[in-house]
Amino acid sequence: MFDALTEKLQSALGDLRGRGVLDDEAISRAMREIRLALLEADVNFGVVKDFVAHVRERALGEDVRKSLTPGQQVVKIVHEELTELLGSSDSRLAFSQRPPTTILLAGLQGSGKTTAAGKLALLLEKEGRKPALVAADLQRPAAIDQLVQLGEQVGVPVYAEERSDPVKAVHDGIEQAKAEGRDVVILDTAGRLHVDEELMDELAAVRREAKPTNVLLVLDAMTGQEAVNVAQAFQERIDFDGVVLTKLDGDARGGAALSVRAVTGRPIKLASNGEKLDAIDWFHPDRMASRILGMGDVLTLIERAEAAIEEDEKEELERRMMKGEFSFDDFLSSYKMIRRMGPLQGVLKMIPGLGNQLEGLDQVDENQLKRVEAVILSMTPHERRVPHVIDASRRKRIAAGSGTTVEHVNQLIEARKQMAKMMKAVGSGKMPQIPGAGVPGAALPTQGPPRPSATRKSKSKRKRKARR
Amino acid sequence: MPRSWAELLGEADAPSEAEEEGGRFFSRLRDSLSKSRRALTGELAAAAAFDPGNEADWERLEEALIAGDVGVQATAELVRRLEARGELPDLNAALADEVTQLFGEPPVLDVAHEPAVILVVGVNGTGKTTTIGKLAARLAEHGRSVVVAAADTYRAAAEEQLEIWAQRAGADFVGSERGGDPAAVAYDAVEAAAARGRDVVVVDTAGRLHTQTNLMEELTKVRRVLAGRLEGAPHETLLVVDATTGQNGLQQARLFGEAVGVTGVVLTKLDGSAKGGVAIPIAYELGLPVKLVGVGEALEDLQPFDPRDYARALVAG
Repeated sequence: MFDALTEKLQSALGDLRGRGVLDDEAISRAMREIRLALLEADVNFGVVKDFVAHVRERALGEDVRKSLTPGQQVVKIVHEELTELLGSSDSRLAFSQRPPTTILLAGLQGSGKTTAAGKLALLLEKEGRKPALVAADLQRPAAIDQLVQLGEQVGVPVYAEERSDPVKAVHDGIEQAKAEGRDVVILDTAGRLHVDEELMDELAAVRREAKPTNVLLVLDAMTGQEAVNVAQAFQERIDFDGVVLTKLDGDARGGAALSVRAVTGRPIKLASNGEKLDAIDWFHPDRMASRILGMGDVLTLIERAEAAIEEDEKEELERRMMKGEFSFDDFLSSYKMIRRMGPLQGVLKMIPGLGNQLEGLDQVDENQLKRVEAVILSMTPHERRVPHVIDASRRKRIAAGSGTTVEHVNQLIEARKQMAKMMKAVGSGKMPQIPGAGVPGAALPTQGPPRPSATRKSKSKRKRKARR
Repeated sequence: MPRSWAELLGEADAPSEAEEEGGRFFSRLRDSLSKSRRALTGELAAAAAFDPGNEADWERLEEALIAGDVGVQATAELVRRLEARGELPDLNAALADEVTQLFGEPPVLDVAHEPAVILVVGVNGTGKTTTIGKLAARLAEHGRSVVVAAADTYRAAAEEQLEIWAQRAGADFVGSERGGDPAAVAYDAVEAAAARGRDVVVVDTAGRLHTQTNLMEELTKVRRVLAGRLEGAPHETLLVVDATTGQNGLQQARLFGEAVGVTGVVLTKLDGSAKGGVAIPIAYELGLPVKLVGVGEALEDLQPFDPRDYARALVAG
């Protein structure tokens, strides 16, 4: 499963296999591609310069691994460096010993502060806390209305008064929260330009008044080169602790995240990815690194796969998969491999292109997987190795032995065939359209007719399934 | 000469009005630009210092353009065109020329219909509702009566927000209950405008990411309903793009264009330090003009797009 960046790198690097070491010239070529990819991802050009120089150092002289192409290897290094840069041990929120804990949200206009405030309130409530929202955006028409409505949706009190002084609004809001026994107060402020001296002064005053436990910069994932200036200015004036990155449900690569982290050292703490109030999550640096590089989570898959099975075992499996030889033994071992990788839906979504195609299919179900395993284990070793011998009588036996139905067995057999075909196509560089699920370990296809067995048998034994 | 509203609206109006507008425009823009501080490009402001034979000077120009979110491809194209000129005695003027050419003919806002319908679209948080308030006010100043339609039936308090702007701008307001059908609101607004003899209908829509296919289909439906109710409508479909947006802006323009056919871009929040450089690849690759720029949160902070001023700001301090 190769992606655009890896391919570009591969053609830039040529075939280094057997040369042992990634040399200077090859690295330069690769770094040009990396620089391009990062700029296209909106990483600030100054940050790109520094990052590429740093990666270059690391890549020089690194041994060419057997199992990865030089292109993949460079990407792996870049991805690791990016992940390290983006990662942080302190991506959690701080909670005060003396409640209430306060969280101040600040940022440019339209970054998503108010929505984030609502989401945070819901998130914290689910964690068993008693949050409250304070409306300190007194500038935007109907901003208070918006927060009040969100509070109602979430079931969290909102302290708001029509007034003109945000400092007073914050003071009164916190007092009221204390009086009503709320233990977390989320302060929503007005969006403002980092270059607007007056409004930045006001924000600094609000911060002084609130003495917040957490100050979060809310940043739109599609922000371009200016992310650096925005972050620096906000850091200067209010010294934020972390970032909430919003609108990640779009296809913006999100290089701004790297820019902010690189110039302020502050971590991304939360990732917001949708308009619904539950669409917020703690930040995952490795996923963000893949996204910035424009590669889905393929690398994460490569890494996880490497950990899950032996090197040569994987190569052999890969070799056979590419040729379309995919027996039920392979099915079982890759299924076990997938199991080790993590929650299935997450894994499936990681495969570029596949994620989209799987939308609309029934949700993959762990119970169904157990069924799949049972069916395969009821096969004889010969049947697993040479699936096409599985005729109708064998199917009946397998069904009985696994406690499933012949229909299930038929579906599984069909799925394996589809998977083998797909892998062969992947090996030849094309990713076909998949009408039903065709991925190792995926649910049995729930649409499409199971075809009659390919092996010859007497007409009396052949079963005809009705076409839907 | 900065563009005037009269020119944008296609009026054959007296130059005195243009001058008056020009003066106001300049002071507004000057105020906005003074808020920015750009250390890097400050060096380039000294146009005489640019030496086309000096590789480092070209590099700094490229960096300035990339820093402005022009993007790698469009930057390369601009540089190619500048190089082709040979001598560059005045870099700023040359760049302004190239940028102006790239944006093509000075655009016009098509309001010559009865009523004219303007559909406003874009991703979340770009400033659609605020822009509509400002636009309604300007149109009123130029003798047009306006109906604004609150077809953002999704977001909390979106209607309330637009209603306040409608009051400020002196425009009629048409809305519905939350969760209602945006296409129905748009339809009602055109009906109301026709019944009351209003000149322009401006339709606000919910912010949506271009990657949300179902929401893009909803938008296509709004457009279809407008076209069904009034032939030729919507006469303008404006995509509102935040000037701080990076390269994703191009993708936004592409997909919104495919879904509803965008006729022009409104570049907002130019009073910040962002240059809105993504408008260049949008123009270059999709042929989409910028028609308006937003330069603040007040009612009067909306101006016709002027490519020369835009280009100057791109590399200025």
